[in-house]
Amino acid sequence: MKINHLTRGLMLSSCLVVGGMAAAEEVTITIESWRNDDLTIWQDKIIPAFEASHAGIKVKFTPTAPGEYNAALNSKLDAGSAGDMITCRPFDVSLALYEKGHLAAIQDLDGMKNFGPVAKSGWSTDDGSATYCMPMASVIHGFIYNKEAFKEVGVDVPKTEGEFFAALDKIKADGNYLPMAMGTNDQWEAATMGYYNIGPNYWKGEEGRLGLINGTSKLTDKPWVDAFASLAKWGDYLGDGYEAQTYPDSQNLFTLGRAAIYPAGSWEISGFNTQADFEMGAFYPPVKNAGDTCYISDHTDIAMGMNKATAHPKEVKEFLNWMGSAEFASLYANALPGFFSLSNHDVKMDDPLAQEFVSWRGQCESTIRPTYQILSRGEPNLETDMWNASVAVIKGSETPEDAAARMQKGLASWYKPQQ
Amino acid sequence: MSTQPHKKRTRWHIAVFLAPAVLVYTAIMILPLFGTMQNSLFNEIDKSRVFVGLQNFYKLFQDPRWSADFWNALGNNAWFFLIHMLVQNPIGIALAAILSNPRLRFAKFYRTAIFIPTILSFVIVGFAWKLILSPIWGITPSMLDAVGLKFLFAPWLGKEEYALTTIALISVWQFIGIPMMLIFAALLSIPDDVLEAAECDGITGMSAFWKIKLPLILPSIGIISVLTFVGNFNAFDLIYTIQGALAGPDFSTDILGTFMYRTFFGFQLQLGDPYMGSTIASAMFGIILVGVCIYLFAIQTRLRRYQF
Repeated sequence: MKINHLTRGLMLSSCLVVGGMAAAEEVTITIESWRNDDLTIWQDKIIPAFEASHAGIKVKFTPTAPGEYNAALNSKLDAGSAGDMITCRPFDVSLALYEKGHLAAIQDLDGMKNFGPVAKSGWSTDDGSATYCMPMASVIHGFIYNKEAFKEVGVDVPKTEGEFFAALDKIKADGNYLPMAMGTNDQWEAATMGYYNIGPNYWKGEEGRLGLINGTSKLTDKPWVDAFASLAKWGDYLGDGYEAQTYPDSQNLFTLGRAAIYPAGSWEISGFNTQADFEMGAFYPPVKNAGDTCYISDHTDIAMGMNKATAHPKEVKEFLNWMGSAEFASLYANALPGFFSLSNHDVKMDDPLAQEFVSWRGQCESTIRPTYQILSRGEPNLETDMWNASVAVIKGSETPEDAAARMQKGLASWYKPQQ
Repeated sequence: MSTQPHKKRTRWHIAVFLAPAVLVYTAIMILPLFGTMQNSLFNEIDKSRVFVGLQNFYKLFQDPRWSADFWNALGNNAWFFLIHMLVQNPIGIALAAILSNPRLRFAKFYRTAIFIPTILSFVIVGFAWKLILSPIWGITPSMLDAVGLKFLFAPWLGKEEYALTTIALISVWQFIGIPMMLIFAALLSIPDDVLEAAECDGITGMSAFWKIKLPLILPSIGIISVLTFVGNFNAFDLIYTIQGALAGPDFSTDILGTFMYRTFFGFQLQLGDPYMGSTIASAMFGIILVGVCIYLFAIQTRLRRYQF
């Protein structure tokens, strides 16, 4: 027995020594993410930059496929096998993680001082008392167009809705180009690139969005229905068989030069830059009358939080603080044009298309996607309903009024301020 | 005591040999099945797991929105099954009958070629057909154009009225090899003496098939029907690869499998609900159980079996 105790003690102490030595040498922290497209950028640019200035901390970026991320992350967190840092989806998905105690409150970190309230809103509790993810980037909606096609057909960049549809008509009549590359097969495009893109001009951005949350306006109000009515006209300008056209189909149609306009999110920029061999430009969603204030969807999209169960909170906080720095902001925004920094730093970007997108922040009022905050918490899910309604409206299988009424009914069935 | 030593001895080897299969099957099939059924009786109220009895089922069948989704999925599933029964199995039987004709040349080649899609992954089948039928890059529009039938083309996968039937036919294409092989095997097992005896009585050709072969392969057809039923009501993969978890357009291809997946794991902004997901899974189990029982007790017991 004695010998047994002795050996056990020896083994234990040797383990401790080895463990202690390793800890003194370096700590590895891992990042959970859905951005598997960005793997090389993290490995070649961002992580080396961090490790160069922070000796002793190694960072590993371990992404999951986007569609599986939420489900996989939840099971990993429940099982206690998730990484030290968690890439955060905006609003309720991450809020649920925070409420379950998986994400730590990090509003007191120094790096957080570089972000304004709008940037933080995507990852704060409803009362704003706690923030649990360090904001990284937003994406802006608008339209990307083929400059050569516009020159060939002879249309100018549309500023008003009238000009927009006139341009589409002219491109259609010319016949060489498909006026607009979008399909309804995957459903989310119709809402994300369609309704959320042109809609803010109708519901006046934040005013309309907050009205829904407060219960002072309804989805059956004129602005929300009018935006659907405008979207309903798109069906005529999409390609043959757009009902079965998928998201990659639309991307390819545009980058192969077969379509003139692509209703876009800024995240497309880096992909389009490598695929398309013609010059591209961008314009913001056309306003109703010349001179109206324009509104754009500048959607808080991605952030980084700390796994509450991490064994290395000190190192994780160091990394998160660095993510709030100007160095990270510039590194990230330039490595991934189209993902715009949410920080207050003045970030210089090289990509002309990305510059075009971000310049709208100065001319227009910013808002985020209307369904993301609070309104998609219940059943039926408003986000899913909006996808479905946007498709139905474009196809003409539902009138704008019916679609709006259906969404309102679904929302009012569980959301108290709308009852 | 010592007079009957053999009868008392426990025959351990039976248990030992059965153990691996029983343990593995219990761990990965039976336990999760009962876990799921148990889960369907619980719900999360104020962040704690609470026993709610049959309330989840009540919600699934009585709540207007849940029940609309459920009946839509069940209806689509029934249509999916019907297409398989009406198209896959008769064609499979016909193919087997043709292939078992001794005068047919290249029979082995046809048999292999027709069976190959069955061993392909759902993902390959889904993407290949999505491309074939694509209105933009697909070969279907140009092939129809070549024979002057372009007007027949429609973006089938994107239209509510055609999408489910199209996917069901893709699934038929993929799995037609299974009934063909099973029936082929059953046809081979019919002894030649029976057919020769029939021939002496003047029953040949088509009537030999209808009067002699078909009654003899009826039990196999029954088995195939059950397999099709279970397979169809458990289906998920093909719809998920072609239309995604939303089973578009407008839920027209939503079957019980995709409905369960969406509810259980969540989708985009919709958070996963393991309790309602388990409820749907239990309902699926019940539906399949009832279907199989109907077959076992009402149909199979009435089938006449012939011993040779």
